[in-house]
Formats: sequence, C-alpha cells, structure tokens
Amino acid sequence: MKNILEGIEKSARLFPKNIAVSDVSSKLSYEMLIKNSKKIAVSFKENAWRKKPIAILMDKSVKLATSMLAVLYSGNFYTVLDPEMPKDRMLKIFETLEPVAVLTNDKYKDLALELGNTDIFYYENAINEEIDEEYLYNIRRAMTDSETMYILYTSGSTGNPKGTVISHKAAISYTDWVLENFDINEKTIWGSQTPFYFSMSVTDLFGGLRSGGCLCIIPKKMFSFPLKLVEYMNENKINTIYWVPSALSLVAKWDTFSYDKPMYLKKILFAGEVMPNKQLNYWRRAYPDAYFANLFGPTETTDICTWYHVDKEFKDEETLPIGKPCNNCFVLILDEDLKEADKGELYVGGSFLADGYYNNPEKTKASFVQNPLNKAYPEILYKTGDLVSYNEYGQLIYLGRKDFQIKHMGYRIELGEIEANMSAMEKMNSCACIYNETEDKIVLIYEGRIKKDAVMEHAKKKLPPYMHPNVLVKVKAMPVNANGKIDRVYLKNNYNLMED
Amino acid sequence: MNIEKVIEVLNEVKPGVDFSKENDLVERHILSSMEIVMLVSELSEEFDVDIPLPEVVPENFYSAQTIAKLIERMEDED
Repeated sequence: MKNILEGIEKSARLFPKNIAVSDVSSKLSYEMLIKNSKKIAVSFKENAWRKKPIAILMDKSVKLATSMLAVLYSGNFYTVLDPEMPKDRMLKIFETLEPVAVLTNDKYKDLALELGNTDIFYYENAINEEIDEEYLYNIRRAMTDSETMYILYTSGSTGNPKGTVISHKAAISYTDWVLENFDINEKTIWGSQTPFYFSMSVTDLFGGLRSGGCLCIIPKKMFSFPLKLVEYMNENKINTIYWVPSALSLVAKWDTFSYDKPMYLKKILFAGEVMPNKQLNYWRRAYPDAYFANLFGPTETTDICTWYHVDKEFKDEETLPIGKPCNNCFVLILDEDLKEADKGELYVGGSFLADGYYNNPEKTKASFVQNPLNKAYPEILYKTGDLVSYNEYGQLIYLGRKDFQIKHMGYRIELGEIEANMSAMEKMNSCACIYNETEDKIVLIYEGRIKKDAVMEHAKKKLPPYMHPNVLVKVKAMPVNANGKIDRVYLKNNYNLMED
Repeated sequence: MNIEKVIEVLNEVKPGVDFSKENDLVERHILSSMEIVMLVSELSEEFDVDIPLPEVVPENFYSAQTIAKLIERMEDED
C-alpha cells in the first residue's frame, strides 16, 4: 500500500454497503464515499495541481470526510480548517501554507472569500462532476508513499501555528498499528469526538475507514448534555471511543451513569492530556469488562508513539503509565548530555514520524534531529520535549513538558506532578500549575467548589514543602485552546486577573 | 422574574456575550461543555435549587429566558 486510499478502497470492495461515516443528518456507505470523493477530485483536474496544499473549510461532517479523501484522490494534500477559529489565526496559517485552493460549502462562502486570492471550490458544485477513472489512475500510478497526505497545524509556543507534515507512509504505518493493536474491524463503530483538524482524529477516522467499520460523528453539543450523549451513542450502537480525557471527565463529573449508560461500549481509548485516575476509575467501575487504553504521543508521530493497556487497579492519586512504544515505533530516553538514561527527554524514531514543519526549516531542524547514538548513517528522531522515566515494571511514565520543569528553592520540580496530586482532590474539577519566574512562585489555578485553605491542606498532605503552590487562584472556568486543552499560555499571562 | 440574575450568572461564567439577545446558545456553541458544568453549579448556588441531570437538556439552555423558566420550575418543585 502506498496511498491511504487503497486501504479505504479495500473496505469498499469487502463491505460496499457498510456505513463508512455518519453524522447527525446523513450516512454514507463505503461505495458512495469512494464515488463522491472521486467526483469531487475531478473538479481539480483542470488545474493539474500535484503535491499542492488545498485547504478545506467545513464543519465536521460526512461531507468534510468526503472532501478530505477527494483532495487525496487529486494527488494533493489537505489542511482542515476549523470554521470557528479566529480569522487572524486562519490568515497566519495561510501565510505559511499558501494553499492553491479552498474547498468549502455554501455556508462558509463569505468566510472563504475573505481569506484572500485563492481559488474557491464549492462542495455543492464539485459533487456534480463525472468520475474520470483515467485521470485518477494516472495520479495514483505516479505517486509514492512518501508524498504528503496532510498538514496539521498545532499551536506553537511563540503563538504562531506550526504545520506538521504527515506522509501517506506515516499515516499507513500508524493506522496499521491501530488496526492490529486494538483489533479494529468491520464491526467497530467509533463514536468520534475529536475534530478532524486534531491529530487524534487520524486514529478513528482512518483507522475506521481502513477496517470497514463505521465512524459515527457525535455532534459537539452532545458533550454539554450528557444524557443526550448517551442516547445518541445507544441509537448509533457505538462500541468504541477514542476521546480526550476532558470529554471522559465531563461524563464522570455529571455522574451520568447513575441515570443512563452507553450500552454497547466495549473499548475506551484516550489520549491528548493526562487522564486523571479519579475520573478514569469512575468509568472503570461502570465498565468493569471493557478494554481501556491510555495512548500517548505528539502530532509529530502522526498521533501516538507509546501506549498502555490499563490492566491493573490504580488509586485516584496515582499516575497512569504511558506504557511502551507502539509496534513499529522506537523510543529513546536521553539525558542532558545526550546519553541513554532512565529519566530524561523522550526521542521517537520509526515510520510514524512526520517529515517536519511546513515552510519552517528552522523549527524542523530544531525538533527533527539525527539520532545522537548513531554516527554511521542518517537516522532522524523526533525530540518530543516531553520528560519521561521508567517505573519499577519498565513502563514509561510521563513526567511533564520539558518546558514545565522548573527549578525552585534549589529543587528540580515537575509542575505536572503537582497537578496530578492536586487534581485527585474531591470536588476539584480541573487545575493547572504554572511557574512565575520573575517572582519565583508556583501558581496553582483551579476550578471547583473548594476553599483555598482546603486546597493548601491537601497540598501539605501530598507534596513536599518545596512543591507547595505559593499562589492559589480559584477560577470559574478554566480557559481552553482550540483543541480543548487547558490554555497554559493564556493562564501564564492572565492568571492574576482571573480570580473568581 | 429571575431573568436579570440569570444573565448576571451567565456573564460570570462567560463574559463578553450579550445574553439578553442570544437565543441560540446551544447550536451556536456559545457555551462550551465545561461552561455548562460551571453554569449549572453557579445557578444551583445562586438560586439555591437542585438541577438534576435529566433537566440538563438543550431545550432548557437555549437562552437566558429558558434558563430562567427552568429555575422557576425547580424552585416550585423544592
């Protein structure tokens, strides 16, 4: 296989009538998904673009999934844009991406026009094209698996989005692992939570489409109304989920399972943030026989590089391991002298690796580096910036971001360790720890109906004195970024204005 | 009517929105799922009512008006 589409075409041959993707208002079989994508691809024929970026501006839907495949059929690569992202951020992405075209629908016509001088293609028109098999064959014949499949933008620490370049080869290798490791097959019905512009969606969207199973898109608003969410999951017989921990935690916070439960659920996978055991235990009590796995990795390794099958009990305040490398993935822990160590920065190698950052050679060079232990031939590793160590069972433990490691009162401290301990507190909905360098203070920002002295009391019980927060800020709602993760950059600059 | 107080609570959870005019909080994703959690907890505290999960449905959260109606109903049930 050299193109991810071949995996989807295989599903279409084996299970043509199976539903491939569904959303709240439509469903599409494999047969129709392939047909519709091919039709749309033909609308790009006249321009004869090859290996060019095409931006897609649409809500998460069956049509968006179809459009993504269409761009691949045309021999180009896509970037999915979130229509709800601020226009300024979109323009910043356009500055580095320089897309040759925007594929959108009538709903976002005005927005697409505001984005500048690119050709605009409308789904409503493109879907009326006639399939041209010869054109599609020639494109496929000429391509290789090292061609780019998509560019995924993540927020850079400087505030400028970085576009991670993922090849067909990386996405194929990664989804090979997903299919095999989690036994994903034509019976799998994914309940899709993560946006298609977020790396986690590669797992359920392409893992799903390669298996002959179904990707059932759960409308975002359902996560605000947990009983509706459960109802939707049951109507669609969702049996597998791969969500961010905050989505799982929401269900736990509402104590949803006292009222109703998704009854078909068998596999519960999560990634993207640290999963607090307190909330995970709520799920595990409700699903004692389900399969739970913690997945870990950056966008730069397509989605994931290590994983842990949750196979033993954990106390609420314990940290869940991130386990071991995925099959076909290789990890190294290096200390500051670039020597192998039991604790240090995580480096990843293997086929899941991205090719770098789009139009950004400096950032690429800084993060995609030669394996310092290999002097014999070129071998690129991704330097994750994540600090990890091994536990007594030889499993990897995530300690925190390298940039979150601080030195305070002479001690090296992981802010993540403080967070893990504090988030186990009763009634603690969410918390984040930042470090104010100028005042040398550890600041804990938290959300939950708990008095500050109770928070300090808990800190004293769980943490050594040098790790106690120096400042506590109680907020009404934790700020989150576009991916739904806690917005630490915002917190760092604004925490003193946020007191509830 | 509780409507002013409801708008006040809404603005505490999400400043910068004119909740007296918005009547499609759900479909327009004006409140995130986390903000709905906060809102329900703040409303329970402010009005001293219990809002059980079965009442946390889109119809009750379309606008400040529908939220005020929900509160009234919950107060009557107390």
